[in-house]
Amino acid sequence: MSLTRQDVEKIALLARLSITEDEMPVYVTSLSSIVDFVTELSRAELGGVLPMAHPMQDLHQRLRPDVVAESDHHEKYQANAPAIQAALYVVPRVIE
Amino acid sequence: MWHTLSIGELGRSLNSGEISSVELVRHFLARIERLNPALNALITLDGERAVSHAAAADARRAAGETGPLLGIPLIHKDIFCTDGVRTSCGSRMLDNFIAPYDATVVTRLKDAGAVMLGKANMDEFAMGSSNETSYYGPVKNPWDTSKVPGGSSGGSAAATAARLAPFATGTDTGGSIRQPAALTGVTGIKPTYGRVSRYGMVAFASSLDQAGVFAHSAADAAVVLGAMAGFDPKDSTSIDAPVPDYSATLGAPLTGLKIGLLQEFFEGLEARNAALIHDALKVYRSLGAETVEVSLPHLPLSVPTYYVVAPAECSSNLSRFDGVRYGYRCENPKDLLDLYTRSRGEGFGAEVKRRIMTGTYVLSAGYFDAYYLQAQKVRRLITDEFRAAFARVDLLIGPTTPTPAFDIGAKIDDPVTMYLNDIYTIGANLAGLPGLSVPCGFVDELPMGLQLIGPHFSEAKLLNAAHRFQEATAWHRRSPRGYD
Repeated sequence: MSLTRQDVEKIALLARLSITEDEMPVYVTSLSSIVDFVTELSRAELGGVLPMAHPMQDLHQRLRPDVVAESDHHEKYQANAPAIQAALYVVPRVIE
Repeated sequence: MWHTLSIGELGRSLNSGEISSVELVRHFLARIERLNPALNALITLDGERAVSHAAAADARRAAGETGPLLGIPLIHKDIFCTDGVRTSCGSRMLDNFIAPYDATVVTRLKDAGAVMLGKANMDEFAMGSSNETSYYGPVKNPWDTSKVPGGSSGGSAAATAARLAPFATGTDTGGSIRQPAALTGVTGIKPTYGRVSRYGMVAFASSLDQAGVFAHSAADAAVVLGAMAGFDPKDSTSIDAPVPDYSATLGAPLTGLKIGLLQEFFEGLEARNAALIHDALKVYRSLGAETVEVSLPHLPLSVPTYYVVAPAECSSNLSRFDGVRYGYRCENPKDLLDLYTRSRGEGFGAEVKRRIMTGTYVLSAGYFDAYYLQAQKVRRLITDEFRAAFARVDLLIGPTTPTPAFDIGAKIDDPVTMYLNDIYTIGANLAGLPGLSVPCGFVDELPMGLQLIGPHFSEAKLLNAAHRFQEATAWHRRSPRGYD
């Protein structure tokens, strides 16, 4: 196993995912096998190759004029929210 | 009978008044009601609205408007936002999500007069190669319902193969159009990265995702892609380049076309599957094309490269699902951390969580250079090898998948085995290249696909090469028993 249960618990916390007791051994095994599989990449001779983040190398991100293009849709968008009050998203108290 | 016609034939029947769009839509809705329960290809049916949109298309036609898609029904993959219609992305996380706007793909097809019948099942958040990771259950392959249809656009592929619509939309991040097209015996095209707008398409891996088409022929796909493609200021990666008339170049001679046979795609390929590709090459040679062998030595590293890059991007993209603004929220969260972790833990399925965690790991301190940066470097090597190949040949050719459709349940517990289904399709995504799959024969009575990959913006050439193949063969005309 390239990953331990402690490793997976740490990753799950970083990813903000709750993992149940039943799921945990499955993830330890499957994530270990994925990590082993992608470790194959370390075999590649890369010399001075630069990392590539985007497939269209000759294109650059466009800028657009800083003008208002949208009208206010908050009611429509917030209709999907689990809890709102006075057009604000409601979450458990974060300040005592 | 109406479901056996091409988009061109349907357009002529609509123009002549032989059938109305309302009648056509009702015909397909009746097929869906009858045939979908055995396939689970659609997860949302929008019949009432479809009939009213069809009536609007009939009115546009009566007012003198024409257009190849006016009044033609379609099915959208449930990854595209559809204003007022549930957009679940195959996930419990978005089971209750009513999209507040249309994706640009949806808008463009609506403007062209195409009529959405409903939304197709898919692997959850497009993560899967078998359509078994959907919250709504697996999609069955109409050629054999004990087999998978491929994924992630498995619902779109199965629906097209079962002739539940003349065409369907899909998305392809690592093969999610081409692989299911191959396994269900339909034509599927993934265009050049940036060719079709990603606005309103739920993001998985933003440097790889691209929208495309499932259809019964390259000629039909050409019509649909022409309507979908083009610059969109709402997508920062959309490419501002004119869209050629893909239908206009269909039928052009292939004399002198140089086709490269990808050597790496044949290593370990079963003889019966390889024979179908060699038969296809004979067809191309008889049409005047020249075939040469091409090697891309780093291509075998495309799967591990993808399974670092795609999960990394997915872990960032899916951080938006926080249980606060939209989507699933857990019951009685005790604090904000509990709200985040349980909403995500309960809202996402096993494969999505696995990919988020893989991505989180490869981006985390201490591992970033060894995995993520390394994968980005290998991605450049693979891209450079494709570029060098296209200096020598016009198109690359090979199988779309290593095998025909496999049994439901056969690979779902072994993620690495499942990931290897995408071995032939991922390269095109890493390099942003257009790719297409066409039916090229059968193994054990299941369809297999021939894959064509071209340089950036070569969709017209790919579609024509596929069209000429389909003029010379009849594989794409076959329908699964019970769906003809």
